Amino acid sequence: MTTATTPRKRPFWTIERRDAIAGYTFVAPQLIGTVVFVLIPLGLVFWYSLHEWNVLANSFNFVGDANYQLLLRDPQLPRVLTASAIFSAGLAVLNMSLALLLAVLLDQKLRGIVVFRTLFFSPVVVSLVAWTIVWSFLLQNNGGINGFLQMIGIQGPNWLREPGTAMVSVIVVQVFKNVGLNMILFLAALQGVPKELYEAARVDGASAWKQFRRITVPMISPTILLTSIITIVGSLQVFAQIAVLTQGGPGVSTTVLVYYLYQQAFQFHYFGYGSTLSILLFLIVAVLTFVQWQLRKRIVFYEN
Amino acid sequence: MSKFTSLKSTAALAGIILPLAWSGVAWAQDAVNLRMTIWSANEAHLALFNEIAASFKADNPNVTVTFEPIPFDNYTTTLTTQIAGGNAPDLAWIFETSAADFVNSGALFPLTDTLSNAEGYDLADVSTGPLELWSKDGTLYAYPFSTSPFGVFVNNDVITAAGAQTPAEMIAAGTWTWDNAIATAEALAASGKSGLIIRDFDYKTWQNLTSVYAGWGAAPWSEDGRTCTFTEQPMVDAMSFIHDAIFTKKAMPGPGETADFFAGDAAMTVTQISRASLLPKENAFDWDLVPLPAGPAGEYAMIGQAAIGVFAASPNAQVAADFLGYMTNPENSAKLSQFFPSARQSLLTAEALGKTNPLLSPEQLDAVVINGITNGKVIPGHTGFAQIQQTVRAGLDSLWVADADVPAVMASICDSINPMLMR
Repeated sequence: MTTATTPRKRPFWTIERRDAIAGYTFVAPQLIGTVVFVLIPLGLVFWYSLHEWNVLANSFNFVGDANYQLLLRDPQLPRVLTASAIFSAGLAVLNMSLALLLAVLLDQKLRGIVVFRTLFFSPVVVSLVAWTIVWSFLLQNNGGINGFLQMIGIQGPNWLREPGTAMVSVIVVQVFKNVGLNMILFLAALQGVPKELYEAARVDGASAWKQFRRITVPMISPTILLTSIITIVGSLQVFAQIAVLTQGGPGVSTTVLVYYLYQQAFQFHYFGYGSTLSILLFLIVAVLTFVQWQLRKRIVFYEN
Repeated sequence: MSKFTSLKSTAALAGIILPLAWSGVAWAQDAVNLRMTIWSANEAHLALFNEIAASFKADNPNVTVTFEPIPFDNYTTTLTTQIAGGNAPDLAWIFETSAADFVNSGALFPLTDTLSNAEGYDLADVSTGPLELWSKDGTLYAYPFSTSPFGVFVNNDVITAAGAQTPAEMIAAGTWTWDNAIATAEALAASGKSGLIIRDFDYKTWQNLTSVYAGWGAAPWSEDGRTCTFTEQPMVDAMSFIHDAIFTKKAMPGPGETADFFAGDAAMTVTQISRASLLPKENAFDWDLVPLPAGPAGEYAMIGQAAIGVFAASPNAQVAADFLGYMTNPENSAKLSQFFPSARQSLLTAEALGKTNPLLSPEQLDAVVINGITNGKVIPGHTGFAQIQQTVRAGLDSLWVADADVPAVMASICDSINPMLMR
């Protein structure tokens, strides 16, 4: 056995290089997708927002911050943002509390409980537009819901045509569609809570409500945070329900930000201003997510 | 695989592909593929278009025309999105309401020269009224291939069952007015059927109410399009009449209620005559087609229009314009007029129309179609119509409640649209 006196030339394909290539190959599909479908469009939208783009006249002129100035002066925008806030707040509160209630009710060892879990989850897998169209028939003035109310002697409101009930209708249709998803997440979290904690609490004489407040809620708080982020971010992106049910009406009472953005860009052909509105939407979503993430440190309980 | 073999195979592959690509380029220079967006997906319509495109190809073997149906509801939105995405069609149908946007934008290819020089075209045969909306400074930018008058379709079975007077009886007696039309519709309220439906209005497409308020001499804005006229007395009176018909007399389906005349749900519907194709073949009812009733301002007629324009940005704009000239020449216009009434005077006779509209009697054709196309006013349009439409729609929502204050609603509509009209 001889020892090499001259250092061997390091081969090009070192283990590190091979690993790196393999790693990049694995993440490439996701990375390319994100770049092509998220980052590039995001950059373009910002670029468009600095321009006045008249599609028909084929003119694309740099206008600097004019679209952002317009944002500040747009008389409709306060009403649109209010409608968005009402929708998101209403949806988040109703969706999360109903999901938690259902999860607690379904977290029992009873015969046939699986059937109920499936039933409540099934709307999640139904096509959104089909779901909304069926509800639009039910919510018509001479539709199924008012027909039922009439049978029991109640004159129902014209759900989609009155400002207050239109917003409530849109929220409830959306809650029923998606509550099953949050319910399943809560159910999984509930089943992860150690049973000994409840036993210990019972020995100490804690009431059912107290057990829920002091054990269940803290133990599932990471899930509550997760679902609240998903639900609020999702609620800011609501579009199909508005387009099918109310088209933003009556008046502008259900014109949420995404629908307003669609109107400006695709119906009124103000692509520049529409892009500016989508930058605003992006900032709102980013800030809300950041705030919720910060709150995590204060209110979410982690075992370790 | 060594570096050399892979290099060699790459070169071989390039040797095969590149000549193919070049020959493809050479071939593509000769072939012209034209794409026209349309909002009808009706099979009979498409068959006729394809037939016309095929006979054009017989004379011009290198030109292929394809028709791309886009759903009616968001037609203009889809079309402008295609344009924004750099994928504009060569030809497109255009609604009368967006005529101003398209004609004024410079997006369309001027057609006057091509059409007046096309052999046997006879542009002078086309009535000038229908061309007005599609022209700017004496140049035609889109050809109105469909000029479809509004009329009232009547279900006589439903009306006689309720013991009310039919429009035909009223016309004979000279009493066919909006007041009497609504009286007949009101008589239906107890029967569970709907009275009178303004088709496709649905408390959103308010411009379809023009078929009513024009009878009061009302219009949404001034002739020059710069001043809102919703607040003027004729419009306030007309809207009060409509409001009363809906909420007091229950003569029209209320907001959020649906009824389909062609399914036999209603006594009367105001719509374009091209809807005659929806009349039921089975379980047919005794139907009639009559002109719009007279309003306080007298008799009037309304037409809806659709035009075909060629996009100036198309690399084949001239060929597309030639195809448009072929598609709407006298011979093909006669074929098209079975679905889309032509504005050519030579085709505006009961005899010519009767051949292609077997459903309608000569009297109906004369009273509704010929009179309508000759004297009819077009539904109002405006530059930036989509935004004005949407703003008026939002404003009118507060009119569609039982205790609405009509003048106040009209005033608030004018407040919001006046700045848009000035643009």
